[in-house]
Amino acid sequence: MEKTLLYEELKSQEYFINMGPQHPATHGVLRLLLTVDGEIIKKVEPDLGYIHRSIEKMCERDSYQQIVHLTDRMDYLSSHINNEAVCLTVENALQLDIPDRVKVIRTIIGELTRIASHCLWWGVIGMDLGALSTYFYGFRDREMINDIFEETCGARLTMNYNIPGGLMFDIHPNFVKRTKEFITHFRNKLPEYDRLLTGNIIFQNRMKGVGILSREDAISFGASGPVGRGSGYSCDVRKHHPYSAYDKISFKEALQTEGDSFARYRVRIDEMWESMNIIEQLIDNIPEGDYKVATNAVIKLPKGEFYQKVETARGELGVYIISTGTKNPYRMKFRSPGFSNLSLLNHIAVGGKIGDLVASMATLDLVIPDIDR
Amino acid sequence: MFLKFSITKTIHDWLFELMPAGVAGVVEMILIAVVYLLIFAVAGLYLVLLERRVAAWFQLRLGPNRVGYQGLLQTMADALKLVSKELTGTEKADKFLYNLAPYFVIVTSLMALSVFPFSEEFQAFDINIGIFFLTAISSIGVIGILLGGWSSNNKFALIGAMRSGVQTISYELSVGLSLLTMVLLTESLQLSEIVAVQKNGWLIVQGHIPAVIAFVIFMIAGTAETNRAPFDLVEAESELGAGFHTEYSGMKFAYFFLAEFINMFIIAAIGTTVFFGAWLSPFGITDSIPWLGVFWFLGKTLLLVFLMMWFRWTFPRLRVDQLLRLEWKYLLPINLFNLVFMAGLIWLGLTIKF
Amino acid sequence: MSYVSEIFKGLNTLLTGMKVTGNYFLHARKGAITQQYPDNRDTLKMFERFRGEVVMPHDENNEHQCTGCQKCELACPNGSIEIIWDRGIDEATGKKKKKIDRHIYHLGMCTMCGLCIEACPTDAIVWAPNFENSVFDRTQLTKVLNQPGSKVKAGIED
Repeated sequence: MEKTLLYEELKSQEYFINMGPQHPATHGVLRLLLTVDGEIIKKVEPDLGYIHRSIEKMCERDSYQQIVHLTDRMDYLSSHINNEAVCLTVENALQLDIPDRVKVIRTIIGELTRIASHCLWWGVIGMDLGALSTYFYGFRDREMINDIFEETCGARLTMNYNIPGGLMFDIHPNFVKRTKEFITHFRNKLPEYDRLLTGNIIFQNRMKGVGILSREDAISFGASGPVGRGSGYSCDVRKHHPYSAYDKISFKEALQTEGDSFARYRVRIDEMWESMNIIEQLIDNIPEGDYKVATNAVIKLPKGEFYQKVETARGELGVYIISTGTKNPYRMKFRSPGFSNLSLLNHIAVGGKIGDLVASMATLDLVIPDIDR
Repeated sequence: MFLKFSITKTIHDWLFELMPAGVAGVVEMILIAVVYLLIFAVAGLYLVLLERRVAAWFQLRLGPNRVGYQGLLQTMADALKLVSKELTGTEKADKFLYNLAPYFVIVTSLMALSVFPFSEEFQAFDINIGIFFLTAISSIGVIGILLGGWSSNNKFALIGAMRSGVQTISYELSVGLSLLTMVLLTESLQLSEIVAVQKNGWLIVQGHIPAVIAFVIFMIAGTAETNRAPFDLVEAESELGAGFHTEYSGMKFAYFFLAEFINMFIIAAIGTTVFFGAWLSPFGITDSIPWLGVFWFLGKTLLLVFLMMWFRWTFPRLRVDQLLRLEWKYLLPINLFNLVFMAGLIWLGLTIKF
Repeated sequence: MSYVSEIFKGLNTLLTGMKVTGNYFLHARKGAITQQYPDNRDTLKMFERFRGEVVMPHDENNEHQCTGCQKCELACPNGSIEIIWDRGIDEATGKKKKKIDRHIYHLGMCTMCGLCIEACPTDAIVWAPNFENSVFDRTQLTKVLNQPGSKVKAGIED
């Protein structure tokens, strides 16, 4: 009798924590409703909608040229690839013959975007785990890429360099030189990332065996990108459904089989190496030719449904357009990688500590405007 | 309480000539308190500035360099801003404890400051249980953190406070034991005695291998004691926002903030006193000028402070269970073994003395 | 024994990390990647394609190249451009011709997508590398691009 009473008194109580919408670890305005028992996570409920701008609805109002610049604002860290996705959809629907030069330039800039995004992610994962200096080292390298973008596209983040039919203008004369400079610089700096963080025993302890996602779960949650590939699920759109110039080049798909946070981390580091290889294959032989093909000033898509998927830095971005033959889409839908990747957060975080939640959330590499369009 | 600093000795004599002994004693105490408060404020503010500049240099930045020459007045300006800020707080906070907490933290660090031998004659309070006093005092500070986290009616603060309790209780052991290892050599807890022993060579040289092990453990545990990265679980920014001081603002926050830096100074100063011979100069090169001891003391202390900053700006943070594993499975057993090792060395007379 | 080797391996990885940051610390003087912004205003030069704000260049005769075709207004996704136009008699041909009264540009609504400049058939509007756009009152962000009393350059047709 007394024993049970004592137990009743000492019984631990689960409680709620509101992580976000203003919280350093949620990288934006994501709100997580945590049910916690002491330090141990019992349940994670993401609450979305704090940065919803109804981009999909706005797309129904805009012309196809105007839609492109809205996608900059979804996953702002891979804005070029988002633009490319919309442009590819429209071009495929119109059955335009895109010059090789455009394809190669799009691929190079796309891979630079991927490196830039992963640089930022690497900086931020260090910061999430308490190593604040990594942030600046990551940003130093990203800044070089941003300079390349600024010189060629005119903007650093929301580039809007693609238009349906090609590119807005030709690459800057310095583009090739600067890109090569960056590759030589980054080939020296990337091993430093490994020395500073990957090898670090504290970091490995924080990452290994944390947030385990099995291959089956990765597929059933619709995980894509580095998150899926960290679980051994070969899902690289560039490999399986090549677009732009990816069918002409050889590259390895970064795969890890462990499925924990460290595997996802390794996938992204490997991807940076692969992206550099891709750029090196293409940068010296950008074909001559036009940088765009002429389209009508008012683009009207034929009646029907069109889908195109691309591999952004975060995973598979699908663009789905239903057209009724007018100058605006009837319905536009983006299948954003972050949304599916966020959905598995509860699955991988339950049972871990609050610190584990932060670590596994950092390896999901969420960009909130991508989730909340 | 007795003063030996030559300048202060003159003041001491002068005071006692001027007024009756009772009054003079009180006046003297107030004077000392003011001096130490000044040291406290200046050291705290400039350590903050140092941290910011050092962090900037680690991170390819420039750091604060606007206010005053090279930003020397930056932290003064910050303190001024904090003083003028509104003191906000949660509505359902336990007001008494909430307001009390910062003073626990700041008073304990101020008390600990008083026992250090800054130079041969500049030491306010040379009690015979110096080391014991320091470890005892530094563990009172955690009460302030616990109270602050508990009373501010915020779950993030509460988690931070609980983590702090766990952390300090565990790492207190390692700090104590690693210092105890060195006390085997000095045979005294009194700080002035400890320094006197080191005239035959700094303790880290005298005790060679076990002393180095003890020093490494002391630095790790000391960093944890001060709640700094990689052990900053208490205010883990990416997990708990600001941890235990989430709900504090203005000067109350500044107390916590200053105390953190003073604690860092204190840990480094303990390390200097016990391992590196406090105010003693290397090979006795400036023994003829006693007042240079202050510079040696501060130089060594700042070097250790820099080491702690280097830790902070390099390493990721540990998880709470890993923090405890590090202490109970690694530091504590090694420490106990090291203690026996050191005892054996002393018994066999294998210490190095010049 | 693995216990001891684990400790040394762990310490080694930590020291490797400290070597990296320590190296940066020692080379901090020349390595700062940040800029001291308001100080370097004079030397700071943006890239030539930088999208700062839309401007309408005027020549020395206070003439611009805008014919008032409104293609930029149509191309703009946010309605940042408004053109108030009128019809006037062209002096050369004597025909009625569209001319702009005011070319209004809402910088506060602009997303710098560059579609208006792409759409402009006469290159009347271009990007200016001006990035210091902060003002105290947002009404100041609504700008009239054509200068008062300006007129279209002779011979510009869309």
